[in-house]
Amino acid sequence: MYSYDKYDQSIVDGRVAEFRDQVKRRLAGEITEDQFKPLRLMNGLYLQLHAYMLRVAIPYGTLDSRQMHKLADIARKYDRGYGHFTTRQNIQYNWIKLEDCPDLLDDLASVEMHAIQTSGNCIRNISSDQYAGAAADEVTDPRPWAELLRQWSSFHPEFSFLPRKFKIAVIASKEDRAAMRLHDIGIELTQKNGEIGARVFVGGGMGRTPMIAPEIGPFVKAEDLLSYIEACMRVYNRFGRRDNMYKARIKILVHEIGADEYRRQVEEEFAHVKKLGIDPPLAELERITEFFAPPEFAADADIKVDRSDPDFALWLDQNVKDHKQPGYAIVNISLKPIGGIPGDASADQMDVMAEIAKQYSFDELRVTHAQNIVLPHVAKKDLHTVWRALREAKLADANLDLISDIISCPGLDYCSLANARSIPVAQKIATRFADMDRQRDLGELKLKISGCINACGHHHAGHIGILGVDRKGVENYQLTFGGSGAEDVAIGKIIGPGFDEDGIVDAVEKATDVYRELREEGERFLDTYRRVGVTPFKEAIYG
Amino acid sequence: MKLLTGNDLKSGAVTWWTGSDWSIHVEHAADVGEHGESILQAEEGARRVNAPYIIDAVDTAEGPRPAHIKERVRALGPTVRPDLTLKPADPDAGDWVI
Repeated sequence: MYSYDKYDQSIVDGRVAEFRDQVKRRLAGEITEDQFKPLRLMNGLYLQLHAYMLRVAIPYGTLDSRQMHKLADIARKYDRGYGHFTTRQNIQYNWIKLEDCPDLLDDLASVEMHAIQTSGNCIRNISSDQYAGAAADEVTDPRPWAELLRQWSSFHPEFSFLPRKFKIAVIASKEDRAAMRLHDIGIELTQKNGEIGARVFVGGGMGRTPMIAPEIGPFVKAEDLLSYIEACMRVYNRFGRRDNMYKARIKILVHEIGADEYRRQVEEEFAHVKKLGIDPPLAELERITEFFAPPEFAADADIKVDRSDPDFALWLDQNVKDHKQPGYAIVNISLKPIGGIPGDASADQMDVMAEIAKQYSFDELRVTHAQNIVLPHVAKKDLHTVWRALREAKLADANLDLISDIISCPGLDYCSLANARSIPVAQKIATRFADMDRQRDLGELKLKISGCINACGHHHAGHIGILGVDRKGVENYQLTFGGSGAEDVAIGKIIGPGFDEDGIVDAVEKATDVYRELREEGERFLDTYRRVGVTPFKEAIYG
Repeated sequence: MKLLTGNDLKSGAVTWWTGSDWSIHVEHAADVGEHGESILQAEEGARRVNAPYIIDAVDTAEGPRPAHIKERVRALGPTVRPDLTLKPADPDAGDWVI
């Protein structure tokens, strides 16, 4: 894992001291809320439905046990004993007091964490593949590149007041586990003639105008990456709209001028930027890469795992993935218990995950954009022990990628922007499909729920997506089919009129019935939908 | 009826104008009628509340009930965590929201 040097630490410590003073002046009435709001947002502090909410950055979703323990401590000390892991691989606390916030940020800084650039019109936390460094299909570990981008984008003076917020994802596999093309900039590291470079996609995103990012740079060399991304940002910063916040994201610019014209402008700007010498020498990327060196795997760890316990075998089949190192596995910890709140973990659960990571996963954890946690490097011989420890902490639900593994935004239960509650719908659907045999029979089915058009619950990318809207003061839920955030990326389409809270659960069940009736061998729900189209689903749902 | 609501500056807690002070309990809220804007400006100026605004509500036997579900969720707490609401011991409290 990357470790702060004295510059990183002094920057973060300095920001905490600065914010402490700003809070003090706000509480003393020396600055107004209008003056203070942009300052608190720069430090990740929102005013939400019930209280202040703090969003803490988890760079590319990577944590060590010390940091996870600290997140647990913070949940106990400053919040109400839990935290919410988000679709941006961050964590949010829902009940923070303004007067406590500087101390909280000090605690975070003590473990090399912060909440900087988790809000505002700047470059947000860089996200990545939760299996980075462990996946057999990656061409390289994407985290050093994500870290390079993190350092470049942190406090970048030119990009602190962009037309709108800006999200970047970096992956290094053909299989996209990070919804890469639904980001403002998506980077896929790839190999060409033995050289690692980047495919750069620009102008994707969800929200009220979902778009899939077109490819702008087919192969950007490592030594050119920062200059190229800088050029992408500069064109956006110059021409992105600032007169209408709903049209201010880069996707609108790329769409309006076209990918070819945007690419032409980027290349023109790149030719200029490259001369400025902002790219670090490759030695710097190599230096950063050393922080992400593979752990010392045991050479003789490969064993045949005893599958005689059926519950354990089920968990192995559903939540444990192949590791590139023989004898090791990637463990997915579901934060989606049946009837629970997607993405929530109690402080005690965080401590358990931290301890298990320390003992059995080379001290590493990852947060996924699907609001789960990953132990990236678990020896196969330890899998049963890990499973038992997780089960004791109610963290062993074997439902990864099944219909109950629902992405859900906080919705109207917490969010001041939401129009409808998301979590209760997720709970009702998960409960309806609680039977594991039924879930497994349905197979991979990614269901995602947003409580408003801002789409924090990624409903556009759901095989089944649900969007909560406000219909004259009453919650109503629209259904979309056919979305995907993976390598077969697609935006889901609304299939018809919306439903009330119970009606949407019935509609989802009818859709799964149609799938079971029409599926062909090996087809997922998404495949069947794409093959047969919406008509049989609409007929079943709307009769 | 009209209610004046906002958040406590220090804690961020949802608060309601009672006619003379602020309370976290919506049942203590007072009808501000046509005076909402002037109270809002005075209270915001006095720094006793953060981001205040006026909402519609209905007067009921149990006290004021905000007209919109969002304000009712604000008033009670998250429907998915009854233990964190203002009425954790009342199993029927959620019905008031929905």
